[in-house]
Amino acid sequence: MNSMDSMNSMDNTESANVSHAQQSNYNFAYLDEQSKRTIRRGLLKAVAIPGHQVPFAGREMPMPYGWGTGGVQLTASILGEKDVLKVIDQGSDDTTNAVSIRRFFERTAAVKTTTATEEATVIQTRHRIPEQSLSNDQILIFQVPIPDPLRFIEPSETETQKMHALEEYGVMHVKLYEDIAHYGHIATTYAYPALVNERYVMDPSPIPKFDNPKLHMNEALLLFGAGREKRLYAVPPYTKVKSLDFDDHPFEIQQWEENCALCGSDNSFLDEVIVDDEGTRMYVCSDSHYCSQRVAEQEQEQVSSSHSQNKSEDLA
Amino acid sequence: MKMPVVETQPLLTVNNVQKLYAINRGCQDVNFSLYPGEVLGIVGESGSGKSTLLNCLSGQAAPNSGDIIYHTRAGEDLNIYDINEAKRRLLMRSEFGIVKQHPRDGLRMRVSAGANIGERLMAVGDRHYGHIRDVASNWLEQVEIDAERVDHLPSEFSGGMQQRLQIARVLATHPRLVLMDEPTGGLDVSVQAKILDLIRTLVADLNLSVIMVTHDLAVARLLCHRLIVMQKSRVVESGLTDQILDDPQHAYTQLLVSSVLTP
Repeated sequence: MNSMDSMNSMDNTESANVSHAQQSNYNFAYLDEQSKRTIRRGLLKAVAIPGHQVPFAGREMPMPYGWGTGGVQLTASILGEKDVLKVIDQGSDDTTNAVSIRRFFERTAAVKTTTATEEATVIQTRHRIPEQSLSNDQILIFQVPIPDPLRFIEPSETETQKMHALEEYGVMHVKLYEDIAHYGHIATTYAYPALVNERYVMDPSPIPKFDNPKLHMNEALLLFGAGREKRLYAVPPYTKVKSLDFDDHPFEIQQWEENCALCGSDNSFLDEVIVDDEGTRMYVCSDSHYCSQRVAEQEQEQVSSSHSQNKSEDLA
Repeated sequence: MKMPVVETQPLLTVNNVQKLYAINRGCQDVNFSLYPGEVLGIVGESGSGKSTLLNCLSGQAAPNSGDIIYHTRAGEDLNIYDINEAKRRLLMRSEFGIVKQHPRDGLRMRVSAGANIGERLMAVGDRHYGHIRDVASNWLEQVEIDAERVDHLPSEFSGGMQQRLQIARVLATHPRLVLMDEPTGGLDVSVQAKILDLIRTLVADLNLSVIMVTHDLAVARLLCHRLIVMQKSRVVESGLTDQILDDPQHAYTQLLVSSVLTP
């Protein structure tokens, strides 16, 4: 099932949910079916107009704004009983936010959850896109704090809507200009604005700009939900996403001199971790599943190589 | 003798423009033509409709009736309220320039002087940082601000410098028509003199057409070729500046001229 099919099959989840509702005090995945339908209608519109912010009737969720209420509502609306859910926060499966949202859906929807990127059909994320490339039967849901990339320079909502409608995106470069003027390079490192499908400028939520190239022609359906601002938007699979830049200052991603201290990866996004009172630091992959998977693979290789060594010794 | 080529096509034609908020509040029955290279002054007391008229001309407030026809660089005659909003806004940022009375309204106070000038360039599609910066520094020098200060915030500038920065920002994309609302209001006289001098030089050098709202007749005398006098939403007198100021015909104009204080 690819992600577009899963959008179409959303309506089928409704009947399946009834049996769950009879057993639990909550409706399947917490939200009532009407609310889910309005959000799904919004999602269909968002997919039809890539990068365009669609308003939706956001509901109160049993968690504070800023903790991912937008992402949770989107996840609740598209989740079916057969889905496998993964939740990540800052790339990690075991931080507070990820653990509580995962438990929330385990309890209210009883869906299968996982930490393995390739097993998940729905991934809710905060701050990262998994290192492992996604496939076209997966949906990635982002939690977004401020959906409008123009907000920093234009406080008026009516004005920013007009600017989006008329493609007046010149001011987006003012911020990048200021970066170069003050720091000599584009110093914006997260929530880096990008042009979607050559039309709408989008704030890709606070992912590091390291992840921006992964938005481009991604096979998975990318959905963005902002709970406080009650906006959602989408990047459908195989959509062009271009990070804004200047001709003489092209877009660049972060680079590290170190490799991951655990798995030795030299091409993943690294977190700096202070490990003692002396300020000793280590760099580790922010994507915990990617890192542990690599460590496991390396251990297995070691085991099998030492195994084959033993074998050859035996033969000798 | 060879005659100089005079452009006879008006840049802007205003026909029976009316925009009223209440009876005789706003502007009505306004007719005039503005030719390339001409500076037109709109004078009158507070509440006479000068700013309403300027808002109509600058695309910010559609008139209740009447036409405002602009002759574009491409040679088209456009009624600026008949074209769609996207086209009108593009026209406003490519061919029109608007200088506000308070620099704070016309500048982005939180970004550097260079970015303020560069914004207009980026808005019309310039994507080369080095080029934008060169143009910005160049414009700062033209308005007599040290190019070293290109990375300073406008809030670090004096009032007069802010106003000059605003003028540089507006002129960076080479507009053909500049609308100014009391550009020297609120500045002391020596700073005023400098701004007036600058505007006069730039208008001559760049062959700009300007419509300037002012209540200061001395400013009008110095800069404007022609004047329109407004009172209670109507144009009561119009003509050459010297003619109007030296030989006012309408009773209100006579009052206005005689009210000027001379030190």
